[in-house]
Amino acid sequence: MGEDGESPKLNHSFLRDYVTEADVISTVEFNQTGDLLATGDKGGRVVIFQREAEAKAEAEELGEAGEYNVYSTFQSHEPDFDYLKSLEIEEKINKIRWLPQQNAAHFLLSTNDKTIKLWKVSERDRRPEGYNLKDEEGRLKDISTVTSLQVPVLKPTDLMVEVRPRRVFANGHTYHINSISVNSDGETYLSADDLRINMWHLDITDRSFNIVDIKPANMEDLTEVITAAEFHPHHCHLFVYSSSKGTLRLCDMRASALCDKHAKIFEEPEDPGNRSFFSEIISSVSDVKFSHSGRYLLTRDYLTVKVWDLNMEKGPVETYQVHEYLRSKLCSLYENDCIFDKFECVWNSTDSVIMTGAYNSFFRMFDRETGRGVTLEAWRESSKPRAVLRTRRVYTGGRRRRGDVGVDSLDFTKKILHMAWHPAENIIAIAATNNLYIFQDRVNPENQ
Amino acid sequence: MAGAEGEDSLYPIAVLIDELRNEDVQLRLNSIKKLSTIALALGVERTRTELLPFLTDTIYDEDEVLLALAEQLGNFTMLVGGPEYVHCLLPPLESLATVEETVVRDKAVESLRKISQEHSPVDLEVHFEPLVKRLASGDWFTSRTSACGLFSVCYPRVSSTVKAEIRQHFRTLCSDDTPMFAKVLELDYVKSDIIPLFTALASDEQDSVRLLAVEACVSIATLLPQEDLETLVMPTLRQAAEDKSWRVRYMVADKFSELQKAVGPEITKNDLVPAFQNLLKDCEAEVRAAAANKVKEFCENLPEDSRENIIMTHVLPCVKELVSDTNQHVKSALASVIMGLSTILGKDNTVEHLLPLFLAQLKDECPEVRLNIISNLDCVNEVIGIRQLSQSLLPAIVELAEDAKWRVRLAIIEYMPLLAGQLGVEFFDEKLNSLCMAWLVDHVYAIREAATCNLMKLVEKFGAEWAQNTIVPKVLGMANDPNYLHRMTTLFCINALSEACGQEITTKHMLPVVLKMSNDQVANVRFNVAKSLQKIGPVIDSNALQTEVKPVLEKLATDQDMDVKYFAQEAISGM
Repeated sequence: MGEDGESPKLNHSFLRDYVTEADVISTVEFNQTGDLLATGDKGGRVVIFQREAEAKAEAEELGEAGEYNVYSTFQSHEPDFDYLKSLEIEEKINKIRWLPQQNAAHFLLSTNDKTIKLWKVSERDRRPEGYNLKDEEGRLKDISTVTSLQVPVLKPTDLMVEVRPRRVFANGHTYHINSISVNSDGETYLSADDLRINMWHLDITDRSFNIVDIKPANMEDLTEVITAAEFHPHHCHLFVYSSSKGTLRLCDMRASALCDKHAKIFEEPEDPGNRSFFSEIISSVSDVKFSHSGRYLLTRDYLTVKVWDLNMEKGPVETYQVHEYLRSKLCSLYENDCIFDKFECVWNSTDSVIMTGAYNSFFRMFDRETGRGVTLEAWRESSKPRAVLRTRRVYTGGRRRRGDVGVDSLDFTKKILHMAWHPAENIIAIAATNNLYIFQDRVNPENQ
Repeated sequence: MAGAEGEDSLYPIAVLIDELRNEDVQLRLNSIKKLSTIALALGVERTRTELLPFLTDTIYDEDEVLLALAEQLGNFTMLVGGPEYVHCLLPPLESLATVEETVVRDKAVESLRKISQEHSPVDLEVHFEPLVKRLASGDWFTSRTSACGLFSVCYPRVSSTVKAEIRQHFRTLCSDDTPMFAKVLELDYVKSDIIPLFTALASDEQDSVRLLAVEACVSIATLLPQEDLETLVMPTLRQAAEDKSWRVRYMVADKFSELQKAVGPEITKNDLVPAFQNLLKDCEAEVRAAAANKVKEFCENLPEDSRENIIMTHVLPCVKELVSDTNQHVKSALASVIMGLSTILGKDNTVEHLLPLFLAQLKDECPEVRLNIISNLDCVNEVIGIRQLSQSLLPAIVELAEDAKWRVRLAIIEYMPLLAGQLGVEFFDEKLNSLCMAWLVDHVYAIREAATCNLMKLVEKFGAEWAQNTIVPKVLGMANDPNYLHRMTTLFCINALSEACGQEITTKHMLPVVLKMSNDQVANVRFNVAKSLQKIGPVIDSNALQTEVKPVLEKLATDQDMDVKYFAQEAISGM
């Protein structure tokens, strides 16, 4: 349980790991209170975990939170077929986003490449009993025995979780949907595909407004696609979208109905020293997230995570190297397609720590105050439940320490692409292929 | 309810009650729609003590069921025992008022408002107002929004202490139900409480809130006396018309006519006219289109003494610009109302100023613009007569009739009977007849079908004799066309025209053609012959029916093709 000298402040314990069915997890998301955690997988299923209301006694003594247990599982999307283009439509869940809670039930949006669905998750603890013309098993009664009318009565029953589809938003996109984001106005949300962003009203499924369209008149002139999009956390008129060329565009919906003209464009000029055949590919932004404060943006490109200040367009205010040691390996990473992997990035609740994934089941956390980064591993064999995670290192030269991993021994099939950070506490959920890991910071479980 | 007679009447009710729990949503819906029947059978006491508790707790249902339930409960006063017991309906409606589905909540609120009228003032204070308070302080925004809809119904009838409480709740909540509440509030309170709330909403940071304030503006303006409008409402309105967010400006444009009526002629002249001009010139096309849609209404509602002047000096120049707007939706919106200006401006001004605009729009590259002009010709006809336009009209019609997009062709066909009526039969025969015939052999079935329907309407307008001379020969001529689809079109036309043309024409001219086609090589034609004969059977004289039609049908009933046999037999049994 040694603490690595490089990062004395962050100390983690490993709570549980869950093996979901052999399917790869494709998205992870906490709801606004953090009591619910949803995962989507390649098979089109959504699994919702719920945090126990109270931690067990021993856990409480150790300062640990309640555990997350499976609350509900349902099939969100099925494989489909586009008859017009003779293409299969995968059922893989690309993104899940929870709606702010507005009554006792919970709502979430889940999307595959083409269709977005709104699901209602509700609890039922009572069931009606009493039929007039049959018994509870369904056997018909003798009519002559029915001499008076009986109104059904509600009796308590075991807790049942019901998940029902409430809306299906289909046929809005020609290309593959990569992002959805719920607006702070509580009524609308956006969905983005490679070339277009649409705005929907949560109650209206047969219409959506197109707010960004970067499709060129001649498809041969296509040089840039949309990679991610998100609404501002407080301002209902602002949203940002990132592109494959590494630019971020902030758009103000008040200015015009079609936001093809950005209000601000964030772009870092290219470092001529680092230019290579792969420069453009690795500059593609795979994820963009507003900070909770709404003042900053976090982006992930292939080798770095960057923090941008909304007030400064000419470059990021902070840049962190995720795995710079891969820069010399870009050629082979191109050959095995790993260079196109889309990593996500997340903020912690106070915007003081950022996190992103890497290869070999490693993920990286950066403390913005100190500028320091730490590497952790989400791999069952090397951790036991309740053990403190030890930090890892990739050997890139200098003194080799025990436990360091060489660059060439990295397993590129074990990628941490999807992750989420609890909205209020230091609890993180990491998806590693078909496994979900939930970690808690033991030193500072509540918050810095 | 006992005894043999009781048992018979019990059974259907028992079924209804059981179906309240059926898996099939349609059956549950059906039971809910007959809830009054169930309540009658149970009697008022059992309805109160058993049915209502059950309904209160099963809000796990589909929207349509909950919506129907919310509606039913609004009419349940007598079924629970009259006004004395109407408060028993509150619990189920309260839970319906908290569901996330807006339509269900709105209906629940509507029903609550209805039954509030049945509450005695005491009951209002004891039962209704606490419900409103509970909803207003609920955890979830769904219950709070429902509360807002209820303040205005209980306010007038409660004591002044309770009134003060309600005003307090309202201040905390403040919503777009402001105007409803404002209507029942005493005028002083409107000024002291509502106006500040409304002004705050109108300057909210989120533009989604500000745009709702525009709607509220209209209602509030109607409540206040004229002298207060300038100080209390106009500043907000002026701000909204120049808001940074196009959506807020759009709302102003959309509600412009209502605003105009609410503020009165003086303020209209001084404030609304320049505001309207700016909206017509707005940088966002959506706003310009919304304003363009209101041009006619706005002009109509201007004060009579200055109307013409205002239009000629302020509105017309902007309208002229809009005719060549870059955005097709703006032009289209304008085209749908611009013709209406001619009745306001009179003959001379129309000829000098409006006619060039109509002609320009008639030649617009966007088909929807041209269609919108053509569909409003009757306004112009009243003022200057269509002849002025007919020269440009014809090429426009022809171009639309031959447009590559079939939906455009469809739209012009639908205007054809109207045009024919306005242009007159000679013009039609000379210029438009061939078009109508060409549509009958269009590639697209929907066009052929619409063209057939069009002919029927024309015959209704111009009469059977005209039909016999002009179109019937051509229609019958198509029976020899090498393309079987065209031969079938002949049959469909005959189906549509027979009644309008009358017995003589049908029997003498159309019937022989139909009968001849019973020998057609293509089975589709033959079975349509059978269908045609069934359709025109009632129109032709009974002699011909027996001697000519029946034998042919009997022959078709022994046809090789299954469908021909089937339709022939159907026709025979139909006679």
